[in-house]
Amino acid sequence: MQQIDFSLVDWSRAQFALTAMYHWIFVPLTLGLSFILAIMESIYVKTGNPEWKKITKFWMNLFGINFAIGVATGIILEFEFGTNWSNYSWFVGDIFGAPLAIEGIMAFFMESTFIAIMFFGWNKVSKKAHLTATWLTAIGSNLSGLWILVANSWMQNPVGMAFNPDTARNEMHNFSDVLFNPVAMNKFLHTITSGYLLAAIFVVGVSSWFLLKKREEQFAMKSIIVASLFGILAAVYTIFSGDESARVVAKHQPMKFAAMEALYDGQQNAPLVAVGFFGSPSPEQPNQQQFALKFEIPNMLSYLAFLDANAFVPGIRDLVHGNEERGIISYKEKIAKGKVAIDALAAYKNAKKAKNEQEAADALKVFKENFNYFGYGYYFGKDPHMLVPNVKISFYAFHTMVILGGFFLVLLIYIYFLARNNKLQDKRWLLWTALWTIPLVYLAQQAGWVVAEVGRQPWVIQDLMPNIAAVSQIDTYSVQITFFLFLLVFTALLIAEIKIMLTTVRKGPEITENSTKK
Amino acid sequence: MFENLSFLSLQQYWWFLIAVLGALLVFLLFVQGGQTLIYKLGKTEIERTMLVNSLGRKWEITFTTLVTFGGAFFASFPLFYSTSFGGAYWVWMAILFAFILQAVSYEYRTKANNFLGTKTYETFLFINGAVGSILLGVAVATFFTGSQFSVDKMNLVDLTSGNMPIISAWKNPWHGLEAVWTTKNLAFMLNLALGLAVFFLARVLALLYFMNNINNEVIIQRAKICLKRNAVIFLIFFLFFVIRLMFIDGFAYHADTKEVYMQAHKYFNNLTEMPLVLIIFLTGVVGVLYGIFINLFKNSNKGIWFSGAGTILTVLALFFLAGYNNTSYYPSTFDLQSSLTIENSSSSQYTLTVMSYVSLMIPFVAAYIWWAWKSMDKVSISETEMEEDDHAY
Ligand code: HDD
Ligand code: HEM
Ligand code: HEM
Repeated sequence: MQQIDFSLVDWSRAQFALTAMYHWIFVPLTLGLSFILAIMESIYVKTGNPEWKKITKFWMNLFGINFAIGVATGIILEFEFGTNWSNYSWFVGDIFGAPLAIEGIMAFFMESTFIAIMFFGWNKVSKKAHLTATWLTAIGSNLSGLWILVANSWMQNPVGMAFNPDTARNEMHNFSDVLFNPVAMNKFLHTITSGYLLAAIFVVGVSSWFLLKKREEQFAMKSIIVASLFGILAAVYTIFSGDESARVVAKHQPMKFAAMEALYDGQQNAPLVAVGFFGSPSPEQPNQQQFALKFEIPNMLSYLAFLDANAFVPGIRDLVHGNEERGIISYKEKIAKGKVAIDALAAYKNAKKAKNEQEAADALKVFKENFNYFGYGYYFGKDPHMLVPNVKISFYAFHTMVILGGFFLVLLIYIYFLARNNKLQDKRWLLWTALWTIPLVYLAQQAGWVVAEVGRQPWVIQDLMPNIAAVSQIDTYSVQITFFLFLLVFTALLIAEIKIMLTTVRKGPEITENSTKK
Repeated sequence: MFENLSFLSLQQYWWFLIAVLGALLVFLLFVQGGQTLIYKLGKTEIERTMLVNSLGRKWEITFTTLVTFGGAFFASFPLFYSTSFGGAYWVWMAILFAFILQAVSYEYRTKANNFLGTKTYETFLFINGAVGSILLGVAVATFFTGSQFSVDKMNLVDLTSGNMPIISAWKNPWHGLEAVWTTKNLAFMLNLALGLAVFFLARVLALLYFMNNINNEVIIQRAKICLKRNAVIFLIFFLFFVIRLMFIDGFAYHADTKEVYMQAHKYFNNLTEMPLVLIIFLTGVVGVLYGIFINLFKNSNKGIWFSGAGTILTVLALFFLAGYNNTSYYPSTFDLQSSLTIENSSSSQYTLTVMSYVSLMIPFVAAYIWWAWKSMDKVSISETEMEEDDHAY
């Protein structure tokens, strides 16, 4: 056993972040494109027009290329909870493991079974059965999202459980509380709709390229109309659910919220920083990021967070140092209480061992009174500023996502109306913009997860378990080796994926169709 | 209905489900076995294409079974998840890397402009086939031979020593790789024997599967020759493993004090004390052999069904031996009392109950997989079939 090793914690975090971010490159396209495919194939079955079959098959090819690598990156994440966060796996496995298992039984099997029919079954099952398989693939992939997001949300807002001092872990008491966690509901909606948005822009962007090249114009226009309409709905939903997510964060994770807005001093009628850039921190206050430039909207932050322009929004300083007037206790106090909880648990265990029931009962009482701050105890004797997440990253990531979200909506509406009126082909600048918006949606997606995950640092389970208490005991160099192996392998596979995609797109739908003999 | 079960029954039920998933996984490893035979059986491009596509329609099921096996283990026996995965880090990482390589290889193998080249993806498939099956076998063998770790839940609340608050700690720097060279009690022999037995079994099953699934005389003839050799090697490793298993001391625990101790011939005793397991085991072994026999000597192509079912039964019996009848399924040779049993490593009664309801979906899932499999295999793989399919790998 060694001293707390922060480099081990950081490398383990880096490895998890790396693999999760790779997974998230592929997942949103799967989530959205699977539904777009299902819609396109439905049109085919309904109209019987082979043109639509050709369109469906083209996008299905791209779907398959993306899907394979999504699966490859997914399996790593699941096992990493065990390999790199082993304490965590025991401490909360009771609650966290269940959604993962349900995901396997309910979602992954559905997805992987029906995907085989979707790809290979065109000539083997009836048209209707094939269409059903395509829809079930879409539903299965979205269900995978549901369960893992329920698990992730539980980490942001642990509910439905109680700590069992005898087994030293949290145990589930109420499954529906875990499932209907308000964080989970919003996260699920926001995440899947943002996936639909990504897929819509992907289809619109790729189709725009065909228009620019003056190839396959029929196919491209049809694809654009379906995808942009789908995308507008998705964008509206993404923005609504994102707005709601922010309110949920303000309620359950005020520190994350303050970091997203770089708000140091809490205030009533807090303004929203619409756009801002940081300069270097002043020497008097090295712990505080300073804006070099910002545009504010008055009252907006209070309204956004609590639907009330007069509401008080706590800042980072209020949360760290406490604010008696507002009833916020300081991190110092929370750390002290956390330490009391941890010590009381130790005392309880020792008393139990000594069979001293009275002492055990007393210790248990103290433990329960202070349990809500359990995780803070691990920071005993350390600087409470260690509990502040990275403000710069949180702020920039959040604002990038929000600004891009607005832009996507405007872009899609514009494209949809031009396409409806057959005027899109002439607007070459717009087609180029659509094409170059594809990388931007990926950026917004990654930014979203950075907000969610960086903003909650250092908590693995909000207030209960910090990352230093979650990590597995492995030598740092072992984690470094696997980190670089993952980087190498995933990057090579990503390059392969992109090259195959580009080649498949360049070939176009005609080629795919020609190889079908029937 | 699950509410009425005792905690122990729920733990036993979940060990049963883990065993079922493990058994299905070993059967489905025929995909891995097949991946190591592509060049052995396929001498021309089209032959290899048939072999790859025959496996390519099944690989996702094997993969997903592995994923679900992991998820179910996490949900039902989380202490195993944290102890084994966090401890035997290198073994599990090696298995994971092998599976990353597999997941992209089918889809990318013959695609234009695929960056790494067809040969590389075929090599990936081979690596996955060999490493994946051997290491999974070795990992399961440690259920009987033990590993060096300690578990102490009090560490979570030990702030005074300044140590890391870690519950499960591996006690050697090799993080699982030592399983193949630990000489104490000749553990490495047992571990390797099971690893290799699984590997050759996977190849045997693959050959039987090809003979059933591919409509091509040349490939079937080659598979037959190959089958003889692989079946013999499989039997050697398997018999060695089973016979030695019957003689070694096993990790038992007292039903009331839960104290773990060494018992002579524990696994042999388990067989005699649980006659049902003995029957399952013997039926399984006979099934495996019968499947091989009819394909070799009776000109049948249905062997896969007998050997497949036999594999499932045999592996089920092995899991039962490891976990039931007061046996520690994940023993620690470093500190006997740290050993994991289905009683001390499981999730809470509430979680197991909730999860048990979810498990009722398993037959339904199995049914639609069966339907999909059947409708996809109506037409067996042949050269014409390959040319007509526009999603062929
Ligand atoms: C195309 C991608 C995309 C776009 C345009 C947006 N988001 Fe988003 N956002 C995500 C993709 C995303 C995501 C990747 O899906 C996240 C990460 C975690 C999650 O729940 O969803 C996310 C998280 C996330 C969170 C953090 C939730 C948490 O920590 O639990 C907030 C507060 C918002 N979003 C708010 C917004 C708002 C107000 C938007 C207004 C335009 C917006 N997002 C657009
Ligand atoms: C798929 C998109 C995801 C991305 C891009 C992402 C990103 C990240 C990042 C950047 C970190 C490190 C934070 C830091 O800098 O300190 C992290 C940590 C972590 N995330 Fe996520 N995450 C994702 C999904 C998830 C999900 C769905 C879960 C849980 C189900 C999860 C659980 C964790 C855990 C356990 C850690 C490690 C402990 C920690 O540092 O907090 N992540 N993730
Ligand atoms: C840390 C968290 C996560 C873990 C442990 C995880 C695990 C996995 C695993 C094991 C697979 C492969 C499944 C197979 O065998 O087919 C997979 C694929 C998939 N996952 Fe994740 N996942 C995580 C995050 C997410 C999130 C946040 C979403 C969606 C909201 C998601 C959606 C999917 C989808 C749609 C697939 C299908 C394959 C594809 O990506 O194209 N996953 N995931």
